[in-house]
Amino acid sequence: MKVTGTAHKVGDHIDTDAIIPARFLVTTDSKILGDNCMAGLEADWVKRVKKNDVLVGGENFGCGSSREHAPISILGAGIPVVLAKNFARIFYRNGFNMGLVLLELGDDIDKIKDTDQIEVDTATGEVKNITTGTTIKAAAVPPFMQKILDVGGLVEYVREKLA
Amino acid sequence: MGQTLAEKILQKHTDQEITEAGQIVQCRVSMVLANDVTAPLAIKSFKAMGAKKVFDQNKIALVCDHFTPNKDIDSAEQVKGVREFAEEMGVTHYYECGDVGVEHALLPEKGIVGPGDVVIGADSHTCTYGGLGAFATGMGSTDIGAAMALGETWFKVPSTIKVNITGTPKEHVSAKDFVLNQIGQLGVSGALYKALEYSGEVVDNMSIEGRMTIANMAIEAGGKVGLFSVDQKTLDYAATAGFSGGEAMTPDADAVYERVLNIDVTDMEPQIACPHLPDNVKPVDETAGVRIHQAVIGSCTNGRIEDLRVAAAILKGRKVDPKVRCIILPATPAIWKACMREGLMEIFMDAGCIVGPPTCGPCLGGHMGILAGGEVSIATTNRNFRGRMGSLKSEVYLSNPAVAAASAIAGEIINPAKL
Repeated sequence: MKVTGTAHKVGDHIDTDAIIPARFLVTTDSKILGDNCMAGLEADWVKRVKKNDVLVGGENFGCGSSREHAPISILGAGIPVVLAKNFARIFYRNGFNMGLVLLELGDDIDKIKDTDQIEVDTATGEVKNITTGTTIKAAAVPPFMQKILDVGGLVEYVREKLA
Repeated sequence: MGQTLAEKILQKHTDQEITEAGQIVQCRVSMVLANDVTAPLAIKSFKAMGAKKVFDQNKIALVCDHFTPNKDIDSAEQVKGVREFAEEMGVTHYYECGDVGVEHALLPEKGIVGPGDVVIGADSHTCTYGGLGAFATGMGSTDIGAAMALGETWFKVPSTIKVNITGTPKEHVSAKDFVLNQIGQLGVSGALYKALEYSGEVVDNMSIEGRMTIANMAIEAGGKVGLFSVDQKTLDYAATAGFSGGEAMTPDADAVYERVLNIDVTDMEPQIACPHLPDNVKPVDETAGVRIHQAVIGSCTNGRIEDLRVAAAILKGRKVDPKVRCIILPATPAIWKACMREGLMEIFMDAGCIVGPPTCGPCLGGHMGILAGGEVSIATTNRNFRGRMGSLKSEVYLSNPAVAAASAIAGEIINPAKL
């Protein structure tokens, strides 16, 4: 899958309370969660996002609580890919389970600026910065997690196991 | 090659041979946990997986503690869904009413989790049970839904940072201060994907409650688990709680550690995590004088009886500043009752505190103590992210129970030694 969109940069240590504050945890509806994506960072942050835009975090993106509402909210906002220097552990697993593409770029994350046009090839992990003309290769997805992705996510993986 | 505590516990729950950190292993789980916020999504995933029954109705715990007593219609609907699922599946460990407590205080107290267990929970502070020598870690709802169906999950075997705590702590300095100091040193991502393993004379002499306070905050350094050896104290605690099983366990002498962090607590002052990250840690005197509007004493970090005794000792015969809401939330019904029996409730009420039911409530900005813009709270909880307890313009300082109680009296952050 190729995703082309505008980069929306956020800082280091973006926690899950910033992604979706606790007052929205009374629902599992992806539309409501998506409409309030990043409400804990800035009111109406989500209004800048168009479908297929790319979220660009820094270090330890998604730290804090285990709430799966966080990746659901990002997907609900129309964002299919998050790029970051690295990800917090629980968020990383959750993202994969929900079908949100997460790519670790290490220090190369600094080569992307807010509002740059980005093209991401989710199959190869290649990230093209159309604005600057540079290409970055993301760290490979761990093989075991790739296996889960290949069958269509954890829900499908378990469904096959139970069948 | 010797094994760390993390490797030892995981080895008991897998048929694969654990040879090194980074290895992926499939492990049987001893207990699978979710709460009123995370269970609804776990149940959704469980059903989407085509699962018809849970792998073992005695190995699932559903604890409705975050927004209970239900704060609004939406949260009541969520709890109703969890209750119906529990009934349908015959889940034995379901808690919602007069028996509910903050999950990570409740499960150890009831002997539902104990030493040597592998526990996964859809709550990031599931790592609390590391204080009992359990490999316990937080995961998201879909992983929990999968484990409810399969009775197993996958782990990447973590590398381990050993934290050696030595010395003689001063008065009013306790487990919370040691772990805040450690988070300050490691940073909020310093233990990312790793296990923390605790040792040293301070840890040996520490109560199980204190160990759980430290293990609870492993996640605030990014850690997967915070583990303590299983000694006689652990076994006694587990036996009293009614946990069956468990045996003494220490890491091998030749276990391999990624790093060793030595913390000498002899000269340590009470520690404060300042806004807006748990690693923004300073000695209390550097934050003294910050005006507060609220003090929260409770949570899975510091809402156990030992914590409330410390708070009561400070509050006894004194008055909370009339402009401060001092909210005390004993973490379980048993702790509530112990507070009554020991006369702590009388002390809290005479001092002008608000005593509430067991709930996570204000810790995550749920209910029962939300902050307005410009308001400041000191709290014995575990996170001070921006907006965590309410308005994006509010602030949270994290402390031990003695500092929180003393600050409630002074109306500003203060070292209890200077009250």
